[in-house]
Formats: sequence, C-alpha cells, structure tokens
Amino acid sequence: MSPILEARQLIKTFGRIVACDDLDMEVWPGEALAVVGESGSGKTTLLRCLSGLLAPDSGAVTFRSLGGETSDLYAISAARLRFLMRTEWGFVHQNPYQGLRMNVSAGGNIGERLMAAGDRHYGRIRGQATHWLNELEIDSARIDEHPRTFSGGMLQRLQIARNLVTGPRLLFMDEPTGGLDVSVQARLLDLLRDLIERLDLAVIFVTHDLAVARLIAERIMVMRDGQVVEQGLTDRVLDDPQHPYTQQLVASILRL
Amino acid sequence: MISEGYNFAYLDEQTKRMIRRALLKAVAVPGYQVPFSSREMPMPYGWGTGGIQLTASIIGTGDVLKVIDQGADDTTNAVSIRRFFARTSGVRTTTKTTEASIIQTRHRIPETPLRSGQIMVFQVPIPEPLRWLEPRETETRKLHALAEYGIAHVRLYEDISIMGRVATSYNYPVLVNGRYVMSPSPIPNFDNPKLHRSPALMLFGAGREQRIYAVPPHTDVHSLDFEDHPFKVQDWFEPCALCGSRRSYLDEIVTDDRGGRMFVCSDTDYCSQRIAEA
Repeated sequence: MSPILEARQLIKTFGRIVACDDLDMEVWPGEALAVVGESGSGKTTLLRCLSGLLAPDSGAVTFRSLGGETSDLYAISAARLRFLMRTEWGFVHQNPYQGLRMNVSAGGNIGERLMAAGDRHYGRIRGQATHWLNELEIDSARIDEHPRTFSGGMLQRLQIARNLVTGPRLLFMDEPTGGLDVSVQARLLDLLRDLIERLDLAVIFVTHDLAVARLIAERIMVMRDGQVVEQGLTDRVLDDPQHPYTQQLVASILRL
Repeated sequence: MISEGYNFAYLDEQTKRMIRRALLKAVAVPGYQVPFSSREMPMPYGWGTGGIQLTASIIGTGDVLKVIDQGADDTTNAVSIRRFFARTSGVRTTTKTTEASIIQTRHRIPETPLRSGQIMVFQVPIPEPLRWLEPRETETRKLHALAEYGIAHVRLYEDISIMGRVATSYNYPVLVNGRYVMSPSPIPNFDNPKLHRSPALMLFGAGREQRIYAVPPHTDVHSLDFEDHPFKVQDWFEPCALCGSRRSYLDEIVTDDRGGRMFVCSDTDYCSQRIAEA
C-alpha cells in the first residue's frame, strides 16, 4: 500500500516567520491523522499547503488517486487541481461561513458539488442531498432552509455533508469543532468517527484540542514553530510523551 | 437635423477603433466577456451607455437604425437614443424591424424574424451570469476560464426547490457554442430561443461594467436546464387584446383602478403591422 498524500521538504515562510520548516509527512488511505500544536505553530498553513490552497515556497505535495496515478499538486494544471479538490477530497473549515453558501438552501449547498461534477438531473441531486442530510443527522425537512437558520453544530454537519456528497477519499478539517459547546462537540465527533470508519476516509485533522485528537485520530503529529517535534500512534504520544514540548502540552490539559 | 461640433455618431474615431477591436475578439470567442475602456456618455449609467457605444462604433451612413425599449419604439429610452443618433450621425431611423440594419434594444428581441445582415445591439446592466452566487470578479473569471459552471445550475436548483419550477423568467443564463455561460441581458426567457442559430449578429455592451460580448450568426445558444426540468418559456392564457397574436410576448396593462387589465404585444411594431394587415 502507498500513501494517499505525501509531502516532501515542504517549506513555507511569511517574511521572517517560518510556518513550515522542511516538513516531510504522509497520510495513508483510511487513516485519521491529527495535527496538534499551539496557535501559530504552523498547523493551518500546513493544511492549506497539503490541500492545494496555498503554494509552498519549495517542496512537493503528491496525491495518489485510486488507480495509483500520482499528481504533484503544484505542478499540475489549475483545472486538474480544482477537479481533484471537488471530487477526490473535501475541506471542512473552522468557520462554516467560509465553507458554505449562506444565501443558498441546505439542499443547494450539498448539490453544488454534484452539479459542478456535471450532474444535470434535479431529482437525483435532490435525492442525494436528502440522503446526506440524513447521514449527518440533519432533519431532511429542512432541506430548503438557508444555513443561516441553522445552529453552529448543524452548520458544521452541513459543511461535512456538502463535502462528502461526491464520495471523496480524503478529508481536510481545520478545527471543525472549534466554537462548539462540549455536548454538541461530542455528538459531532461521534458521528465523524462513524463516517470515517464506514466510508474508509483518510482524514487530516488540525486541532489544538488533545481530547479531540484522541477521539478521532489513530496517529498524531505534534507541531511547534513549523516543525514536527513528535509523531506516532495517538495513545502512545499522549500517554507517554517523549519530547519536552509534548509533555508540556499533555500536562497543560485541565483535569476535573 | 445634424448637430454641429460632434464627430460622426458622437464618439471619436480612436474610441471607435478600440471598441471595434474588442468587438472582433468578442465575435471570435462567442459568449466571452471582453473588457473594454468604456467612455463617459451624455447619459447616466443604466440608460444604455454600453449599447450606445457599440451602436456608435458600428454605424455607418448607409445604416438604418431602430431602437426599442421593452419592445416598444415610442418609450423615453428608445425615442431619446434614436434622436441622439439622428442628430449626431444623420442616419435614417425607422420603427420597422424589416427595414432596420441595426437594432439597439433594451431587453427584447423583435417578434419579426431577423435576417442575415442585421445586427442586434443589447444594453446590458450586469454582464456576469455567475455574479448572483460569486461576488468576486477574480473567481468568476477563473470559473469561466476553466468552464466550471456548476454554480449556474445551483441557481436553477434553488428556483425549482422553492417554486417547483425554474422561476427565472428574464436574464436566463445560456450556454453559447458549448463553451461559455452567458447572460443574454434581461430579455424575457421567451426570447432565449430566438438567440439560437439566429442569422443576425448579436452584440452585447455593458457600459458601467466595461464588458462587450457577442453571439455570431448561426451559433448554438442553449438555455441551461435540468434533464427532468427542461427549459420552458412563459405562455399566456389569452391572445393579444389588440392584434390577437398568440405567438408574441405580452405585456400586462392596467386599464383602470377597478382591476381592469389587458394583455397586449410588447413589440409595438409587430402588433401594429398585424393590425394593419388584418
């Protein structure tokens, strides 16, 4: 088996700030990988570089499709990159306002990717939208309502539905549970874990919340100042942190 | 009477050349929006500054000009633009579709079939068909370049899910020559089929937005739709109250303050011609 996504010698700087400092990493099919670290450690920049949203200064990101064909994200054409973006992977933003169209109904939001992929059958698009609303535990009677009438947790679930409708194999998530209260967060994580399992999704998950990482991810990467200081199986890293920074992170979790 | 002190058809020759160059590109790439440096015209934006610049750039002494506003030859916009060209160029003007070589229009295509050699000039307020969903110009240009037209259908999807049918009845987006999605300007969708393989040249000018685009003669123009909700034009329950036509686009006219109304052809030339023939 080969990795679905691979990054080699990734460097991205913003002036004097080094957000990604010569990073190497890979994600395997069906694997959930958490990227943790404090604010400003380069997590989101890494995610944006990996998902084709932000070109790195140097280095390569390679995506491997189901047939084994590889594409270097920053060497292929813009058309091909955008095609991969809306068919092979999804991106769930921390702020749902970035990932959803607020003036379009929930059904339209989900259907957009299908229509972009060339589906021109209203009934089929609507059927898919209903199906994915149900999958994400949103009342399908609300299919024609605008997202702005939805609660925070529902918005995130709608955003995930919108991404999953084209059957991607890779999902990028940037703090998808940020700003949600604990019980809503727990439900969303539960749902997500189930979907990842069932759809055999590879997930790259950026979070600053170690508890969230523990629930979702099999593998964890700890970042600091643009570098990976420690990585390994989630339980191993969190139960037996080796690097002083990881030890500090784990120790700073509040216990009740 | 020709006014003194103006160049032929108001615009200076350099500006006309610039616009003609843009027009050539527009005709060569059907449906593609060509930027041009729109000039200040002696009328407010929104009154047809785009169309009037196109007409000024293509009109010659041998041309016969017709100007219509929502199908009518006798409304303010039509009368003043017709007079503008009569005064600045001295060309013959007409109200008859069959006589005209250039027809500048605001939001209608005449009912009388157009013929080869005629040019339609449309006044366009918002040239970008994707603007409704995508406010960024950089992004819409990218979508056109990559022919990513999913969001054009999202609008139709919204219509069907809310109204049960596509309720967009004017400015209905079309796919030109199988490549570019184009706004046909706010003509009723009743007129969309007339764009398809028309023998006349169709030119579109947006003055404020500084865009020119075109549909050359005999070009495929398809209105966007879904397989299970095919494109459909509006129809009426009654014929025109004046000429009895069942095949023309009708305007509703309120006749009194007690609910009285009548439906008459919006194309005044077509309607009066039919009455004269009857």
